[in-house]
Amino acid sequence: MKITVNGQEKEVGAATIAGLLQELEVKSPDQVAVELNGGILHKSDYETTAVQEGDAVEFVYFMGGGQNAD
Amino acid sequence: MLTDAQLERYSRHLILKEVGLAGQEKLLAARVLIVGAGGLGAPAALYLAAAGIGTIGVVDADAVDLTNLQRQVIHHTPDVGKEKVLSAAEKMRAINPDITVNTHPVFLRTDNIMPILADYDFVIDGTDNFAAKFLINDACHFAGKPYVHGGILRFEGQMITVLPGQTTCLRCVFGGPPPPDAVPSCSQAGVLGVLAGVLGTLQATEALKRALGLGTLLTDALLKYNALDLSFRRLTLRRNPRCPLCGDAPTITELRDEAPPACDLKSDCCC
Repeated sequence: MKITVNGQEKEVGAATIAGLLQELEVKSPDQVAVELNGGILHKSDYETTAVQEGDAVEFVYFMGGGQNAD
Repeated sequence: MLTDAQLERYSRHLILKEVGLAGQEKLLAARVLIVGAGGLGAPAALYLAAAGIGTIGVVDADAVDLTNLQRQVIHHTPDVGKEKVLSAAEKMRAINPDITVNTHPVFLRTDNIMPILADYDFVIDGTDNFAAKFLINDACHFAGKPYVHGGILRFEGQMITVLPGQTTCLRCVFGGPPPPDAVPSCSQAGVLGVLAGVLGTLQATEALKRALGLGTLLTDALLKYNALDLSFRRLTLRRNPRCPLCGDAPTITELRDEAPPACDLKSDCCC
């Protein structure tokens, strides 16, 4: 399905946010804040939050850096 | 009443109808605290002094180091070794003798931050020290002081303005600081010096808007800036009901010390 990640369209297969973090090989996933469609997700919801067609996901690292989220 | 010299000094503000005489008087009555006389704090301090913010506090316990000069433009080569707050205050007073500069040569801690905050109405976070950033966030919450968070690393920067109890805070987004050493600091990862100018100047803009009551603050939003593709992206934030500080059932009910800073205190606490 097509979703937008950090402003760029991507084709992904992950069913959940936790899966998406793995699929996109996001570095240090425990230190990233995930924004889904305009709201910050709680870390405990990553496993249960579904990824759906057209979702807009942003990975936000503390300090605007740390690692590059793209 | 402005003096003739002030009418001339601030003439480019005075002719803005949104600022005018009343606005300039608000700026002269405003009290802004800048935490960190480093990369972010340097441009913020210079512009706020120039703009005529009447009282500016500068907090920093460090001395100027040669590695600072690549981005901390308030400090000059002959200042190496001098207390940063003194170096900064000299330049600010030279730009604008109208203003009062208070120097606070301390590291902020749970036991000294509240009395310092009490004297100001807006706070600029110019630290690059995770524990300090959360301490500022929490103390501003308890003191009800609006503040602007900023951070820079490598080629990126970000900022959030917080009206405590009303808009999304740092803990709504991040919960708490990352574990020590989990996120590289500027001394480990580097930073393009000019990033500090971009983000620090945007933070100063928020302080001026707040003092003037003009425009819309960067609240419930996070601005991400990437210098390499010159993109500014604004993400919408929402308050987190499970925020440990300002959520429905807060677990942080008083100031507490976070893990020690992840960065090298000497050279890097104010990227």
